[in-house]
Amino acid sequence: MAERNGMVEKRGAGLWLTHLGLIIGVLFIFFPIWLAFVASTVTQADIVRPPMPLLPGDQFFENYGRALTSGVNAPVATMLLNSMVMALGIAVGKIAISLLSAFAIVYFRFPLRKLFFWLIFLTLMLPVEVRIVPTYEVIANFGMLNSYQGLILPLIASATATFLFRQFFMTVPDELAEAARVDGAKPMRFFFDILLPMSRTNIAALFVILFIYGWNQYLWPLLITTDPDMNTIVMGIKQMFPSGDDTADWPVIMATSILAMVPPVLVVVGMQRLFVRGLVESEK
Amino acid sequence: MEKRVTFKGIWLPILLVLPQIVITAVFFFYPAGQAVWQSLFIPDPFGLSMQWVGLGNFEYLFSDPYYRASFVTTAVFSILVTVVSMGVALYLALLADRLIKGAGAYRTLLIWPYAVAPAVAGVLWLFMFNTRVGVVSWYLGLLGYDWNHVLNEGEAMGLVVVASAWGRISYNFLFFLAGLQAIPKSVIEAAAIDGAHFWTRFRTIVFPLLSPTTFFLLVVNIIYAFFETFGVIHTITSGGPQQATTILVYKVFSDGFVGQDLGSSAAQSVVLLFLVSILTVVQFKFIERRVHY
Repeated sequence: MAERNGMVEKRGAGLWLTHLGLIIGVLFIFFPIWLAFVASTVTQADIVRPPMPLLPGDQFFENYGRALTSGVNAPVATMLLNSMVMALGIAVGKIAISLLSAFAIVYFRFPLRKLFFWLIFLTLMLPVEVRIVPTYEVIANFGMLNSYQGLILPLIASATATFLFRQFFMTVPDELAEAARVDGAKPMRFFFDILLPMSRTNIAALFVILFIYGWNQYLWPLLITTDPDMNTIVMGIKQMFPSGDDTADWPVIMATSILAMVPPVLVVVGMQRLFVRGLVESEK
Repeated sequence: MEKRVTFKGIWLPILLVLPQIVITAVFFFYPAGQAVWQSLFIPDPFGLSMQWVGLGNFEYLFSDPYYRASFVTTAVFSILVTVVSMGVALYLALLADRLIKGAGAYRTLLIWPYAVAPAVAGVLWLFMFNTRVGVVSWYLGLLGYDWNHVLNEGEAMGLVVVASAWGRISYNFLFFLAGLQAIPKSVIEAAAIDGAHFWTRFRTIVFPLLSPTTFFLLVVNIIYAFFETFGVIHTITSGGPQQATTILVYKVFSDGFVGQDLGSSAAQSVVLLFLVSILTVVQFKFIERRVHY
């Protein structure tokens, strides 16, 4: 009968239990990251004699300084730069080529239009993971191993982004294009002056998703960057573990893991509304 | 759906689609074609010539017990990752949906692990369960449980599943919460007035109304477990022990790049290609259904 009172939303003891359940969930999500953060602020000696402390130590500047300036194989500052170039290159490149091709497919009638559309659609079925060996050979033949072009270009074509923009362009009122045509505006003028400004929110939402996608790439940089100075940070962490029985430099490795998380997490938290929107739209 | 108003011109639109078509051709279709082509040959050990073997690579592949085992491993792994991450996410979303105030705050706290790369998640969980320095494995030792995922196959699988599911909870939570909030409160209140308790309401009203979201997440999560968990496996177990965590994508990598068995790796790529096609078609079917609801 008590149920009648609160009906669906919980009050009193039930409310506290609901909060408790959620807080346990949040702690479960946070715990691994908290532990990594603690490990990045203590000495190696604190870690190799388990159990390690559960509260941060005083080695924060020492460990992060060491990671950023020397790292293990390459300075982490270099790897951060590589990741930034790769993530921005993929996000900007994908958005640019997708905007152009969606514009062409929606606003023009030209021969082979249907064929091009289906060719783009089919790329949905070819994630990089299923074509790694031959794609690697293509990049090697172009001499693009250990280069930014090699990191970016194979990941840049995307059916998802093209479809998103196509869908959005379909909702743009026809009157706008008509008015532009009557005024004698060239198609590209219409694209830059009207369509592009109208797509701002969509572009921003997609940018958030694509930046994270690019930043978090692992397999592809692992294959094509054999030079430590071209490693991205996400794939570089694994390279910091010694082969064989040596003890890993845990404080530096954990500082690097934290540094690898900071940029994409800032993007998600800082642009939360755009992120949620981008996620929902790009899955449609 | 077609636009009524269009611009004139043939060369301009072709120029506009060209960047995407060129990149798609060079980095998607040509390599995929190569994979199909290479899967029909065996290169000699020096890579100087190729010998036509027809479907020989595939026959060899499917007679390889390790490859067949890899299918089972992939199925077990994908199902576990999907069930664990969706189960925890649904539980948290149900709780958050009951709050009048504060659901937004919990959403902020729960969504950002989406940004943590699978490979980084792998390193975090490896650190907790490391046999020498791991905190969790040390406390398990105190309780008398000797954790060793380097030797124990079941523990290795458990660890990669939890590490893969952990980062995925955010994504599923977001979609479940949106799905729950779209269910009209009046329907649930009407049931409550009729005396239906929480579990009955969930079983008879909430879960059926949530089914489009659930189907969608099911497919998306299986695709995630198939293709995007490479980083977790590579950082934590490298496919071991005794290939107990070698999922299909990992095997393409280890046979092609570590083992240099190009014919077999190409054949495996073709099998994967086939699987992705099926998953993509299924995904589209479900999404269409989602739109119709």
